[in-house]
Amino acid sequence: MELVLTDEQKMLDQSARNFIKKASPVARMRELRDDPESLGYDKAVFKQMAKLDWTAILFPENLGGMGMGMADMVVVMEAIGAGLAPEPIIPSVILAGQLIALSENETLMNEWLDSIIEVKKVVAVAYQEKKGRYNIAQVKTSAERTDVGYILNGEKSQVLGGWGADAVIVSAGTSGQSGDSDGLTLFLVPTEAPGVSITRQHRVDSRNVALVRLENVSVSEANILGQVNKGGKILSKVIDMATITLCGEMLGGMSAVFERTLTYLKERIQFDVTIGSFQCLQHRAARIFMEIELARSAVMAAARGYDEKTDHAAALISVAKARCSDAYILATNEAVQMHGGIGMSDEEDVGLYMKHARAAELTFGDAGFHRDRFASIKGY
Amino acid sequence: MKELEEFRKSVRSWLEESAPESLKGKASDPKAIYWGGKKSPLPFPDSKFWMEMMAAKGWTVPTWPQEYGGGGLSKAENKILTEELERLELPRPLTGFGITMIGPTILQYGTDEQKEYFLPKICSGEVRWCQGYSEPNAGSDLANVQTSLTDDGDGYIISGQKTWTSYGDLSDWIFLIGRTDWEVKKQAGITFILMDMDQPGVNVRPIKLISGESPFCEVFFDNVRAAKKHILGEQNKGWGVAKALLGHERIMIADVFGSTKSPAKEAKSLKDNATLYIGLKDGKLADSSIRDRMVQIQMDETCFDLTVQRNFDNMKAGHNPGPESSMFKIYGTELNQRRFELFLSILGPESLGWEGDGFLKDELQLTRNWLRSRGNTIEGGTSEIQLNIIAKAVLGLPTK
Repeated sequence: MELVLTDEQKMLDQSARNFIKKASPVARMRELRDDPESLGYDKAVFKQMAKLDWTAILFPENLGGMGMGMADMVVVMEAIGAGLAPEPIIPSVILAGQLIALSENETLMNEWLDSIIEVKKVVAVAYQEKKGRYNIAQVKTSAERTDVGYILNGEKSQVLGGWGADAVIVSAGTSGQSGDSDGLTLFLVPTEAPGVSITRQHRVDSRNVALVRLENVSVSEANILGQVNKGGKILSKVIDMATITLCGEMLGGMSAVFERTLTYLKERIQFDVTIGSFQCLQHRAARIFMEIELARSAVMAAARGYDEKTDHAAALISVAKARCSDAYILATNEAVQMHGGIGMSDEEDVGLYMKHARAAELTFGDAGFHRDRFASIKGY
Repeated sequence: MKELEEFRKSVRSWLEESAPESLKGKASDPKAIYWGGKKSPLPFPDSKFWMEMMAAKGWTVPTWPQEYGGGGLSKAENKILTEELERLELPRPLTGFGITMIGPTILQYGTDEQKEYFLPKICSGEVRWCQGYSEPNAGSDLANVQTSLTDDGDGYIISGQKTWTSYGDLSDWIFLIGRTDWEVKKQAGITFILMDMDQPGVNVRPIKLISGESPFCEVFFDNVRAAKKHILGEQNKGWGVAKALLGHERIMIADVFGSTKSPAKEAKSLKDNATLYIGLKDGKLADSSIRDRMVQIQMDETCFDLTVQRNFDNMKAGHNPGPESSMFKIYGTELNQRRFELFLSILGPESLGWEGDGFLKDELQLTRNWLRSRGNTIEGGTSEIQLNIIAKAVLGLPTK
């Protein structure tokens, strides 16, 4: 693998950054947060992203996509992360879209994929439960077999993009115990189905997440993605994909917040000099620079490792997520500290990045989870 | 592309036929590379023969111009040569500060006469060089050098002391910075000069380190002499030359800590030792805190190696590395230290052996290597100096 951007990727990078600068300045994040009527994102902006083909990048051409790679996707995600754009690309396009693309369920593919790519519909994936932490097999939601299909009962927490979604893909136990790697089945459930109730959850990062409750929800067999009891396999594959894209977003966020911090260090005057002339701050800034450079290498390698299906692909994903989690938190904690009092105020953007860093860290496994996963892959 | 394939074929068959059998498979031994000059020990009986046959083709320094004894190879050809050497696990035929530091600086700043005089002797391995930079009162504040260069017509009388001179006892020539003007700002009175060490008044004394080894020396100059024609750059303009050389040194150090190590081998060694000294329980290392430290180091090594590779890929794409390469010095040396610290934790009390019975050879070596590694973040510009460079030259942070 070559760890440089191709000419096409450089152009994609430039156009993505230009779009985000225009359509999604960081201040928009605050407006969406403070507007009780909003979804937490802007559907019009999401549709513009679709017009730029960002939502089609990862889908093969025969499914209406661009047939491009993860290396291209992370370029776009970096721009999105830099602007803290909250549109649910990862929830609807990566998680739900890719699950449907891998579902081997032609009917669902025909019914949903084009709508997801064109952002006519938003679909969320309800895989996480309270106290389940990062183990996708830790599922109490059950699916009971009936003559006509299945009856679903359970509760899913912090479903990304779930508020206002047209459908949710639910992981439910169809055999064995919670915690077993086999026995999970994935069901596509339209949100207007009887027994589905969705409540908006308000998180520190103000993103769109929802509590999804299922009470005797009847789902037909035709709505199963993949095979019965084997849903965990495609779910973990798709979460790996989503993890790489999230790493791209985190890389964009940490780079942007660091740039903002550097600007502040060069402008803020105390003791008659710019605070950036103080060696104690210079050395810390240099350390953050190194951590971000290493994160960039890890993200580029994870994306290319995925595209090229190398033996190390899974290990590289864990390297990237652990590294991005630590580096983003370092960059944002230091951003607040170096901004001093103003860093604690809501009007300054660095706090928004700090909240995003924390939410991103705890999505798809934190650094500790991925270190454990890495050690297991390496056999110790 | 076709020419490159031809080149590969010819290199391969020549190496297979002509390279000494005794050296094949020896590349992984860190002491396998010959340093040349009159005083270096031979790693293997065939080392000198190997150096000479490679030098005859210009392949001791493959990318230097042929007129100075180099191979005149393109980057692509050099890569092929490297790969073919690796294929047979042949050590590089020659290394030293002539190749990595003073040579590139002579190519950059030298006159034609200097290039013609010095570079062929580097390529042939005839002369081994050492670096006369640090002094007792000029460490991180390198521009504070006090060694005096007094004009005596066509040369200088040199008096003073250098310290931390790597392999000063094994070298033939020294490149040094000394003071030719005491009245001006300290950076503006420095001259960079090349000097033959084989003359009365040059005294070299090895320094014993905390590890028990003595790779560094003190070098004393008692009214010794260097010719004015051996100034690199101009009189009083030596600071710029000295800094340019440090750029070459940083690249060399990054190379040492970055690309020449085999991460897979290192990782295996960590895992093997951990399994041996601590053991697995249910497939996991029995000590969970060591397991986590091991992952952190392995992950950081992966990120570091990928960054070295990204830097290399960027160079291939035409971007020359700038001051950000200080990052490789800082991170590479810190990783090396962390790795040794972790090894100590893995070995536990067995890591405390100094010499004699009751400890394995590898255990004793580890103790010495750990102690030696503490110098990595000091030598070649401390981590703090490198952080200054990143802050100012890369991030553009102000001085006031």
